[in-house]
Amino acid sequence: MSEPIVKIQHVDKYFGENHVIKDLNLEIEEGEFLTLLGPSGCGKTTILRMVAGFEDATNGIIEVQGERVEDKEAYERDVNTVFQSYALFPHMTVYDNIAYGLVVKKVPKDEIKERVKEMLELVQLMGFEGRRPDAMSGGQKQRVAIARALINNPKVLLLDEPLGALDLQLRKQMQIELKRLQQKLNITFVYVTHDQEEAMTMSDRIAVMKDGIIEHLATPREIYAKPRTKFVASFIGESNIFSGHVTEIEDGIATVETKFGKGRMPAEDFKVGDVAHLCIRPEVLQYSKEPVDGFSISGQVKNMIFVGSVHRTLIGMDEEYDARINRVKYDTAYNEGDTLYLHWEMEDVTGIHGQEDEIDA
Amino acid sequence: MRRMKNAPAAATAGPVSIWMIIFVMAPMIYVFVISFMTRDPYGGIEAKFTFENYTEMLQPLYLKVILKSFKLAFYTTVICLLVGYPMAYWIASKKPSTAAKMLMLVMIPYWTSSLVRLYSANLLAMPNGFLNTALLKLHIISEPLNLLYSDTMVLMGLLITCLPFSVLPLYSSIEKLDKSLIEASKDLGARPVQTFFKVIVPQTMPGIVGCIILVFIPALGMYYVPDVMGGGKVMLIGTLVKNQFLVTKNWPFGASMAILLILITLAILWIYTRFNKLEDLEVV
Amino acid sequence: MEAVNQTTGTRLSKRLRRQRAGRIWGNIFAIAVFTFIYIPIAMMVLFSFNDQRTNYYWNGFTFEWYKYLFTESDLWGYLVVSLIVAVASVILSLAVGVLGAMGLMRFEFKLKKLISNSLYIPIVIPEVVLGISLLMLFEVAHFPLGYWSMILAHTTFCIPFVVIIMRGRMAGMDMSVEEASMDLGANRITTFFKITLPMLVPGILSSAFMSFTLSIDDVIITNFVTGPYATTLPIKILSMVKVGLKPEVNAMTTVMVVVLILGILANSVVQAMLKKRASANKKTYF
Repeated sequence: MSEPIVKIQHVDKYFGENHVIKDLNLEIEEGEFLTLLGPSGCGKTTILRMVAGFEDATNGIIEVQGERVEDKEAYERDVNTVFQSYALFPHMTVYDNIAYGLVVKKVPKDEIKERVKEMLELVQLMGFEGRRPDAMSGGQKQRVAIARALINNPKVLLLDEPLGALDLQLRKQMQIELKRLQQKLNITFVYVTHDQEEAMTMSDRIAVMKDGIIEHLATPREIYAKPRTKFVASFIGESNIFSGHVTEIEDGIATVETKFGKGRMPAEDFKVGDVAHLCIRPEVLQYSKEPVDGFSISGQVKNMIFVGSVHRTLIGMDEEYDARINRVKYDTAYNEGDTLYLHWEMEDVTGIHGQEDEIDA
Repeated sequence: MRRMKNAPAAATAGPVSIWMIIFVMAPMIYVFVISFMTRDPYGGIEAKFTFENYTEMLQPLYLKVILKSFKLAFYTTVICLLVGYPMAYWIASKKPSTAAKMLMLVMIPYWTSSLVRLYSANLLAMPNGFLNTALLKLHIISEPLNLLYSDTMVLMGLLITCLPFSVLPLYSSIEKLDKSLIEASKDLGARPVQTFFKVIVPQTMPGIVGCIILVFIPALGMYYVPDVMGGGKVMLIGTLVKNQFLVTKNWPFGASMAILLILITLAILWIYTRFNKLEDLEVV
Repeated sequence: MEAVNQTTGTRLSKRLRRQRAGRIWGNIFAIAVFTFIYIPIAMMVLFSFNDQRTNYYWNGFTFEWYKYLFTESDLWGYLVVSLIVAVASVILSLAVGVLGAMGLMRFEFKLKKLISNSLYIPIVIPEVVLGISLLMLFEVAHFPLGYWSMILAHTTFCIPFVVIIMRGRMAGMDMSVEEASMDLGANRITTFFKITLPMLVPGILSSAFMSFTLSIDDVIITNFVTGPYATTLPIKILSMVKVGLKPEVNAMTTVMVVVLILGILANSVVQAMLKKRASANKKTYF
């Protein structure tokens, strides 16, 4: 593998007393689409801003193309940003906005014209060059922002929740367009979002973040199938999580005693006494009216909802926690109030190591 | 029915409309009309149409005053912008609570009698005042500088009066500036100077023009500043206008110069409204 | 102080050094500007202690003028006139301006554009022009020059500021609460006093403050419309400037600055207390 294009080593960031990035390491490969995914306040935007040059790391080293960047101002770095609010210059036309990066580098006028035309074609905005940003829709502004950032031929394009302000339909369309654009231009995209579906759709790799730490860095498929922490499991897609202690290991199968009853999972590296989170996706969680051998988790059917693509059944485990079952077809075999026993196949469960204090959380 | 429906509008917008018509618009129109009339020998007005009040301004004596007024008002405005802009930027870069305190510090002089401040600045420049004494003691000069009652002192006076309130409109427009635009500009490779002239200045235009309007135009009319700082030796348009009304009683001529001042104001506003909305102008 | 990056070594990055240098130069610049605008005030305060009949040069320290100010001085009479004119103009301009801002915000009428634009006239034209035009108006109308002419003139240049400040505040407010009030059965008048007015209080206070400061220090316009029997402090000072100011005037102005600063401090203390009380509302309802 070639040298990573962005290398973040042991980076800490404090805002006053606030420790927002904690000893973070991240290597971004050339040409990949990497997404930083996490809830607001997890530090994902701060990482982007440190790479762009709007913030300084308190500790640690950031390298772009093998060069340390701490001495370089934002305008000296070969990375460009697509801002969350677009940050289009309101006093300039679309043409002048897109041309800006070349104008400030004093590129000859003819060349600028040529490049702006290319960019307008790339983002399909031919004919809009004379407009001002305030006379454009959100989706069009977004395209201008992307064209403006790409005209400089950046090594890395940083995108800070660029689709956040768009409506669902347009967002889905732009996701596909962005992905196509990235593959066509073969530029490294670092994308920040809190929308896990968006991350899944576009990314080559996803870094799931929480409280300034990367909890899991892997391909979307790996993260979905085998989340590394309880947080990742609950943040990515829907999950049923039952937490407890491993009480028994036999023939490579571990039994976990949770507060709702017993469940099983492949033992892997678990030992008796370990805290384990049993994580099962709603579409593979199975149920029956009688307990199945080795399982004793049960609850009452609380609610059946049609959510469009699937029928969802909520099983009330206790006052607070509901398990979810998703099925394409409606099951008429049970009614609200029935007690159901939950179980699953060994290949459908993911065991996650946990801490004592996470059991009740 | 119609009357009832209009009652809230009339009750709210009525008084202000009537006030503006009686106390602002009507007198302005009257000034305009008077400026084309003739002065009678007793200081009154004769209803005889003439352009003389305007042609009289072209006399070398008056032309000199007008040109000097423009020169001094221009210098004042340029210095107020050059000093006020970085000052406003500096205040805006502080956290809100500090910025509020700093703004207070800027405004306290503005709330202090400008006449007494001007007079006190004069005391500093007296031949045996602190400034000359200090310069003599430090052997920078061998005899006292004759600063008093000069154009320079009038300029100083205009600065002392105008600088505090030139910061305000600049501050409010800088404070409103979307910081992500500056970041976007840097991100696209613009050096600080380029960012300043291509993004920050255009975006803070309402404040800059507000500052020009609050400094350049009043500076033309502030007759008490040349009175105090120029000791009657320096005359500006404002002094001329005032004298026509309070001293020589030549109202039509005074009115014509007032119209000149109004036209200058309208010209600046007209240029501004080509690019911006009047409502966005920062003057408060 | 910035934390030093432990990994990259003890030296600050070029960026951080540049930022720090920028901050230092910024502070030096600001101090220089503050010095320039405060030197006249410092001189003013200093010369209020000057042991001389008329202020021309420093002649030694004395408290005499403060004693004189608080016993024999006739300046207080002029200050009272200034205060009467200022308070009356503030009340009048608030009444006309606050209502006017609402009317101009909410309703459409024929002259709206004209009235709205005419508000900028008193703000942007040189004061001397407004002064002479008001003088002409009073002469033509045979309106005697005195308290009322000054109050009407001051109100005229305060109204635009009140309207513009209030309009700015109202634009940033969610006025649908008024509709909610009327929806719940309150009529327009009740809604105005129970809902609209309380929401506008901060804006009204800053308008009042702005108008008061404009009125109390006005020289240019008042000079034209002042009467023979009552005149304001600034006009009295203007007439004294020509023959040289007595330290008594410096003492008076110094006292006013001190009062102003105390007022500002008191205001910030009250604001802080109100904020604290609002966040710790311990009133019991049930």
